[in-house]
Amino acid sequence: MLRFLISRLALLIPTFIGVSIISFAFIRLLPGDPILLLAGERGLSPERYQQLRELYGFDQPLVVQYFDYLVNLLQGDFGTSIVTKRPVLEEFLTLFPATLELSFCAIIVATVIGVPAGVLAAIRRGSWLDQSVMGTALVGYSMPIFWWGLLLIILFSGILQWTPVSGRISLIYFFPTTTGFMLIDSLLSGQSGAFKSAASHLILPTVVLATIPLAVIARQTRSAMLEVLGEDYVRTARAKGLSPYRVVGLHALRNAMIPVITTIGLQVGVLMAGAILTETIFSWPGIGKWMVDSVFKRDYAVVQGGLLLIAAIIMLVNLIVDLLYGLINPRIRH
Amino acid sequence: MKTKMTFAAALLAATMLGGAASAKTLVYCSEGSPEGFDPALYTAGTTFDASSKSIYNRLVQFEPGTTKTVPGLAESWEVSDDGLEITFKLRSGVKFHTTDFFTPTRDFNADDVLFTFERQLKADNPFHAYVEGASWEYFNAMSMPDLVKSIEKVDDMTVKFVLNRPEAPFIANMAMDFASVVSKEYADKLTESGSISDLNQKPVGTGPFQFVAYQPDAVIRYKANPDYWAGKQPIDDLVFAISTDASVRQQKLTAGECHITPYPNPADIESLKANEALNVMEQEGLNVGYLAYNTQQAPFDKAEVRKALNMAINKEAILDAVFQGAGQAAKNPIPPTMWSYNDAVEDDKYDPEAAKKMLEDAGVKDLSMKVWAMPVQRPYNPNARRMAELIQEDFSKIGVTVEVVSYEWGEYLERSKATDRDGAVLLGWTGDNGDPDNFLAVLLGCDAVGGSNRAQWCNEEFNDLVQKAKTLSSQDERAKLYEEAQVVFKREAPWATIAHSVVFMPMRKEVTGYKMDPLGGHAFEGVDIAE
Repeated sequence: MLRFLISRLALLIPTFIGVSIISFAFIRLLPGDPILLLAGERGLSPERYQQLRELYGFDQPLVVQYFDYLVNLLQGDFGTSIVTKRPVLEEFLTLFPATLELSFCAIIVATVIGVPAGVLAAIRRGSWLDQSVMGTALVGYSMPIFWWGLLLIILFSGILQWTPVSGRISLIYFFPTTTGFMLIDSLLSGQSGAFKSAASHLILPTVVLATIPLAVIARQTRSAMLEVLGEDYVRTARAKGLSPYRVVGLHALRNAMIPVITTIGLQVGVLMAGAILTETIFSWPGIGKWMVDSVFKRDYAVVQGGLLLIAAIIMLVNLIVDLLYGLINPRIRH
Repeated sequence: MKTKMTFAAALLAATMLGGAASAKTLVYCSEGSPEGFDPALYTAGTTFDASSKSIYNRLVQFEPGTTKTVPGLAESWEVSDDGLEITFKLRSGVKFHTTDFFTPTRDFNADDVLFTFERQLKADNPFHAYVEGASWEYFNAMSMPDLVKSIEKVDDMTVKFVLNRPEAPFIANMAMDFASVVSKEYADKLTESGSISDLNQKPVGTGPFQFVAYQPDAVIRYKANPDYWAGKQPIDDLVFAISTDASVRQQKLTAGECHITPYPNPADIESLKANEALNVMEQEGLNVGYLAYNTQQAPFDKAEVRKALNMAINKEAILDAVFQGAGQAAKNPIPPTMWSYNDAVEDDKYDPEAAKKMLEDAGVKDLSMKVWAMPVQRPYNPNARRMAELIQEDFSKIGVTVEVVSYEWGEYLERSKATDRDGAVLLGWTGDNGDPDNFLAVLLGCDAVGGSNRAQWCNEEFNDLVQKAKTLSSQDERAKLYEEAQVVFKREAPWATIAHSVVFMPMRKEVTGYKMDPLGGHAFEGVDIAE
C-alpha cells in the first residue's frame, strides 16, 4: 500500500509542472493585454504603458517570467492580482471555503440520490421505474445550468417564496468568519435562526450544482450494477438462497461501486466547472466566479495561480479516489 | 404559500420594509465586488461606490445629482490671476471615523491633504507602493504628475497647489474619486503596526458612512458616521449585497431582499415600472457613443463626405434595436446633462437621398469602407456588432459597401489609435469629472491625435476654442467657448454622434431622497426609508 501511495505521489510532480506550464501559457495565449484592458477607453501614453509593463514584470522574456513564477511558487508565493492588488493565495483561501461547502453538499446530494436511483433502475431493468429514472437522468444531464438556476429562482424564490434568492445567509445575521463554512460558522455564532438561514440559502444552489453529477452517477451506477448482476458469483449467491437484499447490497453493490467511485471522483472537475455558473447565478462568493472575472480581465496572476490551485485540488481528490479504490478493490493493492 | 417564508426572511423583511425594528438599514444590491477600498488605486465605478462615495470626502465635491462642484472638505478656494496657484481653505472640526480598529486623536487638517496626494505623486513616499502593483492610474490618467508642480502646506488649515500650467478643469479633478482624502494619522499608525495594506482593506475616511466589515464577493457593511460634518445620515446602517446577475438583482428587489439596485436588464424595465411596490428613476448617462471616421484618410478627409455618411444613418432604428429604448439620439459630442451643452445645434437630418447626392457631388463613387465594431458591451453601446450591421445596411442604401471588422478589446483600443487606420471606428466615452474639457479636449483635441482622438481630427478653430477655455476660470466664459466649439464640430463632422445611454435605477417605493448621479456613481448620502 505504501509503495502504491509513493508511486502515485511521484506521478504528481510531473503533472504539477505540466499544469504550471499550461496555466502559465493558457492565459498568455489568449489575445489581450491586461494593461490595455485595465486602461480601457482612457488609454495610456506609450511611456506610461512601458512603465506599467516594467512594474508588472511583463517586459521580461516569457521564459524568465515563467521561471520567476516557478521560483515564487516554490516559496508559496502565487503572485498578486493586478486588478485588486491582493495576493492570489489570500483571495483563493478567502473564497474557496464557499465553493467547497457548496460542492460538498452537491456531491453528497448527487451520491445519496444518484446511487440508490441507479441501483433501483438496474434491479427493475426495463420497468417504468427504470425508464423514468433514466429519462430524468438524461434530462438532468442535458440541462443548461444557467437556465435551470434562474428557473428555480423564479419559481421557488420569486413566486412561492420558499427559498431566498441568493447569497449565503440572510443579511440580518452578522458574525465573524471563523472557518469560512457558513453552516459551521452559523452554528458557532450562537445566533438563533442563523443555521436555518444558511441551510435554506444552500438548497437551490446545491440542487442546481448537483443536477449533472446526479444524472451521471445514476447512469453509471445502473450500468455497473447491470454488469455485476449478470456475473456468475451473483448467480451463485442467489442460488445459495441468500436474500435479494444481501445479494444486491453486499455482493453486487460493493463490486459495482468500483467504477462508481471513480465516477464520483471525476465529478469534482465537473463540479468546479458547474460552480462557475452556479456561483454567478446565486451570487455565491466562491472561486468559480473569481476565475471567470479574472479571465475576462486577463489577470494573469489570478488565472495561473487559481488554475494551479484548482488542479492541485482535483489531483488530490483523484489521489484519494485511487487510494479508496485500492481499499475497495484488493486486486489493485497487490 | 407565503406563510412558508422562512423566519429569517420574514425578519429581514420586517427590518427592511419599515417594520418594528429600531435601526434603519438600507440594502443596496450592488453589481460587483470592490477591488479594494483605497479609491486612488483603482478605476472601476463599482469600487468607487463602495469606497469613495460612501466612506470618503474630497476637497471639492459634486453636488448630488449634478456635475456642479461645491465645497467639500475645503470650505472655499481661490485661484490666482495667472491660474497657476489654487489655495484651498480647509473645513475645521471634521473628524475621521472612529472604528474598532482606529480612534483618531486629532481632526482633519492639511497633513491629511498632503499625504493623500503625495502618496500618489512621489515615488519616495512610503505609501507610494504600499500594495504590490500600485500604479495610481486615475491620478496619472488625469495628467496630475505633469500638471502639479508642488503641494504646499500654508498652515494647518490651508493648502496650496502650484500648477505647471493654468488648467480650469483642475477643480473638477479635485472632486474625482482618486482625490478622496485619507487620514495621515491612520497611515502612520498602520506603518507602526506593520500592517500598511490595511489602508486598502480597512478604510478610514471622513464620509457619511463608516466601514464595518467586508465579506469578499458577498456583503459590505457600513454604519452611519455619528460625527459626520454635514450631519448624521437618516439611515443607521448601509449594506451592499453583491449580486452580479441582473435577473437575480431584479428578483431580490421584487422579493424585498434589497431596496435599490443598479443596471437592470433593458428588457425588464417595463415590468419593473409596472410593479406597484417599485419606483424606477431614469437619467441620461454622462456618455456618448460615436462612429469616428479617420479624417486623415481619403475620402474621409472631406467634411462633406463625412456629413453625407452621417445623414445616411438612421439613429432611431439604432435606438430601438440596440438600446431597446434606453438611449437618446446624440447630436453633440457631449451629453445633454453637461454644462455648456449647445442645444441650438441641429443634428444632421436622416435623408438617404440627399446623402447619396452629396456623395456624388463630392465625386465619391462605389465607396467601400470598414466599420469597426467593439467586441464588448458598454453603456454607450450595448451591442456594437448589431449597431455596425445597421450602419452597414444604412450605408448600402447610398451605395457604400461596408465590411464590419472587430478585434479583441485591448487590441481594438490600440489599433484604432493608428493615424493610418483603415475604417471608421465605433467607440464611446463616459465622463470622468463632468467637465466638457474631459470630452472635447480628450477625444477631439489636436494633442490626442494618434491616441484617444480616434477621428485623427485636428481642427485649428476647434482646438483653439477648447484650449482657450481651459485657461479661463469663469465657467460662463468657458461655456460660451465650448458652445462655439460644438458648432464647429457639427459643421466638420469628424464623428457620427450616435447616442447617449439612458440609465435606469429601480428602487422600492419607500426609498426617499435618492439622487441619480450623472457621473454614474451610486451614493446614499441623504437617502431615507419611509416608515
